[in-house]
Formats: sequence, C-alpha cells, structure tokens
Amino acid sequence: MKKLLLGNAAVAQGAYEAGVRFVSSYPGTPSTEITECMATYPEEEVFVEWAPNEKVAAEAAIGAAIAGGRAMTCCKHVGLNVMADPVFTDSYIGVGGGAVFVVADDPGMHSSQNEQDSRHYARAAKIPMLEPSDSAECLAFTKAAFDLSEEFDTPVFLRLSTRVSHSQSLVEIGGREDHPLKDYEKNIAKNVMMPAFAIKKHVIVEGRTQRLKTYAKTSPLNRAEDNGGKIGVITAGICYDYAKEALGDRVNYLKLGMVFPLPEELLRDFAGKCEKVYVIEELDPFLEDACRAAGIDVIGKQIFTLLGEYTPNGIRKAILGEDPAPSVAVEETIPGRPPVMCPGCPHRGTFYVLKKLGLTVSGDIGCYTLGAAAPLSSVDTTICMGASISAAHGMAKVRGKEFAHKLVSVIGDSTFIHSGITGLIDIVYNKGINTVIILDNSITGMTGHQDNPTTGLTIRKEPTRQIDLITLCRGVGIDRVTVADPFDVKEFEQVVRREIAADEPSVIIAQRPCALLKSVKYSGCASVDAEKCRRCGMCMKLGCPAISRDPGSGAIRIDRAQCNGCGLCQNVCPFGAIGKEGD
Amino acid sequence: MKETRSIMIVGVGGQGTLLASRILGGAVIRLGYDVKVSEVHGMSQRGGSVVTYVRYGDRVYSPIIDRGGADVILAFELLEAYRALPWLKPGGKILVNRQKMDPMPVITGAMQYPERIEEKLSAVADVTAIDALALAEEAGSIKAVNVVLIGLMAKQTDIPKEVWLDTIRTTVPPKFLDVNRKAFELGYAKA
Repeated sequence: MKKLLLGNAAVAQGAYEAGVRFVSSYPGTPSTEITECMATYPEEEVFVEWAPNEKVAAEAAIGAAIAGGRAMTCCKHVGLNVMADPVFTDSYIGVGGGAVFVVADDPGMHSSQNEQDSRHYARAAKIPMLEPSDSAECLAFTKAAFDLSEEFDTPVFLRLSTRVSHSQSLVEIGGREDHPLKDYEKNIAKNVMMPAFAIKKHVIVEGRTQRLKTYAKTSPLNRAEDNGGKIGVITAGICYDYAKEALGDRVNYLKLGMVFPLPEELLRDFAGKCEKVYVIEELDPFLEDACRAAGIDVIGKQIFTLLGEYTPNGIRKAILGEDPAPSVAVEETIPGRPPVMCPGCPHRGTFYVLKKLGLTVSGDIGCYTLGAAAPLSSVDTTICMGASISAAHGMAKVRGKEFAHKLVSVIGDSTFIHSGITGLIDIVYNKGINTVIILDNSITGMTGHQDNPTTGLTIRKEPTRQIDLITLCRGVGIDRVTVADPFDVKEFEQVVRREIAADEPSVIIAQRPCALLKSVKYSGCASVDAEKCRRCGMCMKLGCPAISRDPGSGAIRIDRAQCNGCGLCQNVCPFGAIGKEGD
Repeated sequence: MKETRSIMIVGVGGQGTLLASRILGGAVIRLGYDVKVSEVHGMSQRGGSVVTYVRYGDRVYSPIIDRGGADVILAFELLEAYRALPWLKPGGKILVNRQKMDPMPVITGAMQYPERIEEKLSAVADVTAIDALALAEEAGSIKAVNVVLIGLMAKQTDIPKEVWLDTIRTTVPPKFLDVNRKAFELGYAKA
C-alpha cells in the first residue's frame, strides 16, 4: 500500500517495521514528528517517551540497546550537541539491540539558531551515517540503519534535513519484523568505558571503520547512475533530488546513501569515468573534502555556497550556465512577515512589562525568543537551551550588583527542565542574586505542543507525576518563588520590581497557558470605543498581530479574524477604550 | 501525464495552508500520480509567511518550486500573493483571497502595506481574486477559508470534483464536514 508520508513519519514507520522497542527524544524542529508518530504505534510493541533533554534521551536509548532492544533517539542538529557526550562513547561500546541516532539539520535555518552541518559528528565520533533523500528512503534507510548497527556493533546516525523531514512523498508501507530482545549478559570489557577497556575498544572502532568502508563500496545504499554523460555529480540527501530536477539524465550520478565512512575506491572509479566531477552538498564541503583527500579532482564550493538551502535553479546555473526560467519581478520593497507571538500569547504580557522597566533580558530557546522582535524588542541574548540562566549568572558576576538588579532571565517551563535547572543551581551555589522568570505556559510551545515533565501527561497523554516548579526551585535553594499572571500587567510589574531589587536569587513563575491549547477558552473579540480612544498607541506596543492602525484615519482597529479575546489590550489601555464586542 | 505540475500555496501562519496542501496532496495520489509536498513547520507557523509546495506528475524529484516555476499560486492573503509573484511561471495563474493582514513591520509603522496589489498582480498575470473570508462565513465558519480556496483551485487541476470532495471527507473532522463541503462549493463556483 502506497501512502503519502512526511519524511519524519516515514522514519517512524521504518523504525516500527524494524522492530524498534524503545524511543526517547526531546522535541526539536525539524525532527519532532518522528517521535510523535512513534507514539501512534501500540505501546505493547514500542515504549515511546519525551525525555527532559537530548542527553537523557540518548543515554536512555543507549541503555535500552545495551539491554538488548532496538532503540532510537531523534533530535535536531543542536540537540546532537547536547547528547554528544554519551554518543561519542557509545561509539566505543557499540550495541546489543541496534541503536539509531536520528539527527535533522536545518539548512536555511527555518527554525534554528545556527546552521551546523552534523555530518562532522559522524567523522568525529567514528559512527556510520546514512542520509535519505525522500520519504521512501527515510523508511528504507531507517531499517537498514538498525541492521547495520547490529551487524557492525555500532550505533548508526540517520541524517535528515528540513526538506527531507518536512516533505511528503510516496512510501510503501510494510509490516513489523520480528526482532526478539537479545540476551543481556554482563560484559565489563565491552560496556564499562574506563581507560583500560576503552584503549582496547578504540582499536576495534578503527577496524570497524575500515570494515564499513569495504561494506560501503558495494552497499546498495550507494548507487552509481551511468547516463553516458561526461559530467559526473557526487551527491547525497535532498541535493540528489535537486540535481535530478536540474540536470536530469544529462549527467552521471554517484548518489551516496551512506555519507560516512566513504568508500574511496568507489569515488575514484566513478570519477575516473567522467571528464568533470561536481560535488553537490548543502552546508560544508564534507563529501568534497573526502574526495580531495582521496586525490580526486572535484568542483564543489568554488561554485556553490556554504550558506542556506540549494535549489534546482541554482544548480542548473552553476553547472550548465543556464539562467533560471524568466520570472516576474516585483519593483517595490515588500514588507517582510516575520513570525510573531500569536494573539493571546501569555509571553506578550511578560515582555511588555520587561520592556517598560528597561531591563536587560537574558533569553532562551522557545516561542519567547520572539520577544527580541519589534515592537517588544525586549530580549538581549539568545544562545542555546538553558543559557538564559547561566549566561545571566556570568553577566551579573562580571558587571556587579547594580547590573544584576536590572537583569532577568526568561525561560520556558520545558526549557527550564531541559537545562535551566543546572544554571539555577549554579546561581544558588555561587551566591548570585539573579531573578529568573519561568514562562510557564503549561506546554512545550515552539515545537507544536509536546508534553513535558511539568504538564503531568506522558507523550501518550497518560497522567503521570507532575513536576512542581515551585517545589523544584525551593528544593535547590531559592527562597523567593512568586507565581504571577503576566496578563495582570500591573501586578506583574510590581512583582518584577520587587524581585529584581532583592539581594538574593529569586524565581518568578509567569503562569498562563499557551493560547493555542484546546483547554484555553478565550471568547469574544476586543473592540475599540472610538469616543474613548485617544489613539495614544499604548495597545500597539504589545505587538499583537490583531491590532493595527488605520493608515488613513489613524484609528486603532482590531482584526476579528485574528483576535481571540484574550483581554491583554484591555488591561494596558490607559483610557478604558478597549472592551469586548457585545459587552 | 505529462510534465510535473507545480502549485504553490502561500499565506500567513494560522490560516490553514498546511491543511490545504494536505488535501491537494491527498487528491492527486488518488489519481495515481507521483507527488511531493513540501512544508516548513516551527517558527514559520507563528504568524509568519508560510509557503507550501505541491508538485505532481509522472515522476517528481524536487519537492520545492523555484522562482518562475509555479503553474498556480494559491494565496490566502494579498501581500503574500505579491511576495510570491516571482515564483509564477510565465502564463501561470494566481488565485488570491482578498483578505489583508498587516505584518508586524506595518503594525509598528516601520513600513506600509503596499497599495492596489490586486491591480498590480493583474497587470502581469492571470488573476482570480475572491473574498474567501466572506464565503467561509457564508459556509458557516471563518476557519473554512482554506477549503473555500481549495474549491477555487480545484478547476485549475485535472482532478475531478468527486475526488476533491472525497478527499475533504477523509481529511477534515466529521463534525466540520458540512461546513467544509459548503465552503468547497462556494469557492468552486467562483472559479
């Protein structure tokens, strides 16, 4: 049966068919749907969970594999940085049941803070890496990854990119294969990585890479297409599709399904049959460097960019010199439409107050990163998950008390659990006086509503013990913990003023659920009383997409299609000019 | 078939463009075509510009559409139609909802919403503009804008009406089926 599936859904189907028993991940665009889809398979067959962070997820998956079950963890590229520690050492340990680490890169940074090329991890950790180019390959390669993992006693990377993860294409669905739990035996020399054993394991790892190279030479994952052309193209992943679209059968292809380790002999044989060889790959010259190291003369980043996503037009132009199809130009400058906080977003109230108080705001990763965008323009820094707290600690220590009294960290509930709590412990332990605002919107918002340890529900929506943020913060030594509603702007402002003035560390839990949650029932629509409105523009400072000013008359208007009646604008209007329709 | 047909769906995060592309994708596979649908999730959903590509034919390689490559641009909002114009293939068709939504640079006063967009589009391309919001309201819910627009687009494809209706039936929740069916018909009648 053929189905139209997202690349991510196809990875999940592949893992299911391969008999995966354990999947643990932390959400991260563009990888999130893999684990969400896994949770649609029967729980008797596969245990699926959201872990507090990627490191925990990877360790749990590694443990499950050592214990004999096929296991998988899925993350975005920056999530791989978080899980790097166990991943590098699991390369030495190897597996029991097969272990697959799925990593989704984000060329073009549709939803990420950097554009790293995760293929470097494969080489650095000496772990084989497969790279599918469409949904059918997502399914097939995931299955192949589990088989390879067990055959070569190694974890295996499956590398995706946004366009592979988030494109749908046709997939042939199969049934679940029977892979019984492998026997678990205590094996200290294999599973305890202390120097005496690790030294021996390193030798095995180097030998394994050589054996994998031999395998790669004849593996069906790597495929040469001889179309009788003089030009050769070495490529992998989504770039194969772009190249086929752009160049068709005019050139020969070496499509690499396994991007590490690379079979030099296969590369040389392919190149030897072509007059000119191009390497087409987004981001870094990973394949290109390997070709050069093997003494193969290729053309790559001299004509292709290191930045962003490729397109068929760009490839056509670079290789064939053909200009792209004529297109209609737009003469005037079109206003951009950057993402914004949704109407009713609880974070809007928080940033409105922080901006009003002119505080330095150490930000984090989540919807609330948008607090850096105009008109709120409140966030000063965003580095990575959890850094809002630890970076603010560094800021406060280097600039002193006066600065610390005008500084706050903002971090979401899920991000706080992910890696904010350790930063908070640092502040307590090292006598900081910082104020941390936990934006508790009762869900992991940015990635599309995943449950987390603070929501009281598992990935399968089963009730579970809910982590209490107040108790957690008190437990690590924060005596000042206040819960406040960011939509009650007056009260919230008072709380912030009070807490930043204190000479000890404090936590404010800004509590209001995400407006997109089904349980949130705002009603009606705000409306402006034209007689009371003085057009002062205070409501416009909220940056609510539903509020705009009529370019002709200057009157404030509210878009009924967007307003959900959250009431925040009513709370900030100094003249009581905003009410609810029908009131 | 035939050459690959490329349809670009553009709009503002939250307008339901993803559902529209899924209905389109679901409809074309019923006819046995190869198809690729490319979406972008995450940040772009938060009220930002959202672009979805749907390509179908005998064999489709690239899931994305390049500049100058779209046979049809289905736009959920006027400014987004204007932004997508360079992607239109010469001789291509623009189907646009007359709705205007101010982006943040316009709300903050940093820029102005371009004037007379419909006129400018019509000067260089074959354009059909409708008030999909009003039609959706007529169908019973302003949220059905996406299905009104699917109805408008249906006639630009070689997919029979029954296939569209059947796909909608299997894609939307049963309790919204009547509203969506009506929304489809209202859009279809405007094409």
